Amino acid sequence: MADKITLGYTHLSGCTGCTVALADNYAGLLTLLDRYVDLKYMPTLADARHVQKVDVSLVEGSVCINDKLAVEELKETREKSAVVVALGGCACYGNITRFSRGGQQNQPAHEAFLPIGDVIKVDVFIPGCAPTPQMIRNVAVMAYLLLKGTKEQKDLATAYLTPLMKLTENTSACFCELMTNVINQGLCMGCGSCAAACPVNAITMEYGKPQGERDLCIKCGACYAQCPRGFFNTDVISEYEAINEAIMAALQ
Amino acid sequence: MGAELGKYKSCVSARSTDKEILKHAQDGGIVSSLFAYALDEGIIDGAIVAANKEFYAKYPSKCIQDSSNFDMIEPWRPIPAIVNTKAELLAAAGTKYNISPNIALLKEATRSFGLDKIGIVGTPCQMQAVRKAQLYPIGFRDVGASIALAVGIFCMENFPYQSILQLVEDHAAMKMESVKKMEIGKGKFWVYGKRGQVVQLPLKVTHKYEQPGCHVCMDYVANLGDISTGSVGSPDGWSTVFVRSKIGDAVWAKAIASGVFETQPIEKVKPGLELVTKLANEKITKNKNTLEARKTFGVGKALRNPYL
Repeated sequence: MADKITLGYTHLSGCTGCTVALADNYAGLLTLLDRYVDLKYMPTLADARHVQKVDVSLVEGSVCINDKLAVEELKETREKSAVVVALGGCACYGNITRFSRGGQQNQPAHEAFLPIGDVIKVDVFIPGCAPTPQMIRNVAVMAYLLLKGTKEQKDLATAYLTPLMKLTENTSACFCELMTNVINQGLCMGCGSCAAACPVNAITMEYGKPQGERDLCIKCGACYAQCPRGFFNTDVISEYEAINEAIMAALQ
Repeated sequence: MGAELGKYKSCVSARSTDKEILKHAQDGGIVSSLFAYALDEGIIDGAIVAANKEFYAKYPSKCIQDSSNFDMIEPWRPIPAIVNTKAELLAAAGTKYNISPNIALLKEATRSFGLDKIGIVGTPCQMQAVRKAQLYPIGFRDVGASIALAVGIFCMENFPYQSILQLVEDHAAMKMESVKKMEIGKGKFWVYGKRGQVVQLPLKVTHKYEQPGCHVCMDYVANLGDISTGSVGSPDGWSTVFVRSKIGDAVWAKAIASGVFETQPIEKVKPGLELVTKLANEKITKNKNTLEARKTFGVGKALRNPYL
């Protein structure tokens, strides 16, 4: 189909959890591939594995700057993609790879890992460890509408993606952001979204405010990105009913 | 203005027809009756509500806990809990007037509690969190489609637990454990004691105890609930109800047909929507001013605006 957008998937230092999350859309993934997306290359799910020219590329994993091949692959991804999406905590913020000090077999000198946004310009973040299948699905549908939709659909997709584009301004994430950017800023209202979003249960709610067990925090960025006082684009979220319906209809 | 009440399909003044629920309810028993009905009908298989220590003593496996142990839980401290029966609902009924982080249970409800159709009640900001979790499910895998009924409650502002403690014990000079009911209405904060004593505090006194995060909120009547409700606008013992989404409309219509509520047209009751509109505009105007002031808070330095 001529109307499809082309997609690539670059896999750097990530555990394949993001890939699994993408695949966990099950029939939804097949519908996406049937109607909207032409998957050009992807190490696990496609025959072609090397970076090609595409509309959108997803990048899983942080980049090891001691690994020449990885750095080249990331730069090539940037050069050949109109839109680069950092998929998951490692690509966005470094996540668990932030704790690496090298010494592991069989590449003990691979010790320095950076979120990809520290090496190339990234357009959209999908934080979380692992990112959720539904979030990947929503961004995929919105990316399609942005590139192939009507004027109205393009506007919606832009509005939906804008906060995820703004997230790219910062490549460091931690529970601390709930402190510095929400509570210290006088914005927390104690809903508990952060505690629910945390994949490692590092956050409890004490007297209606989040308490982070910082030694447990893996720096995935889910808590702050999920926080309604992290970002809240009223115009888009108020239309939740219509948007949810449109996304579900697109995947029927 | 015009948008202050959010989108809604219908609005009525309503009261539960269940005498037992009304005995426990804050106002018209809307939330308890809706959830009881939805549980009976299989519309939801459990609901996230704000419970308390007595509830936790009876149903420990239905709660999530922070780091406090049982003895540390104070009277009137809300504890988010899952309820599956009417008895559990009644044990948790009533407004607590301090923060219950109900969204903290939203993912766990689909995991260890095994719910496929969740009911959730919360303040307007918590309804915002629910919709953000559905539209931007960054940390809410497989949760969004399981939210079957979200009921929002009107909210001018909320209080941290310690604020309520100070208001009740220092200003109203009552013991927390002797309080039967708290209420904000008619421009006052009311504390009702178990022995029948009543203390009222002017809202001027309570303002400084409000949660700061509430002062940037632009939603008074839970615009993003499937259904939203609160006492304002309706006579004593009744609640104003906005039916907002398709889900809300379907559930409400079935509940009315089953005789769960008696209703009056909102146009016929006093003080009616006029008061709701007035208070909504007051909140929105006040908080818009707060947001505006945050832009020029420092010298060439702004405080962060979450809506940008």
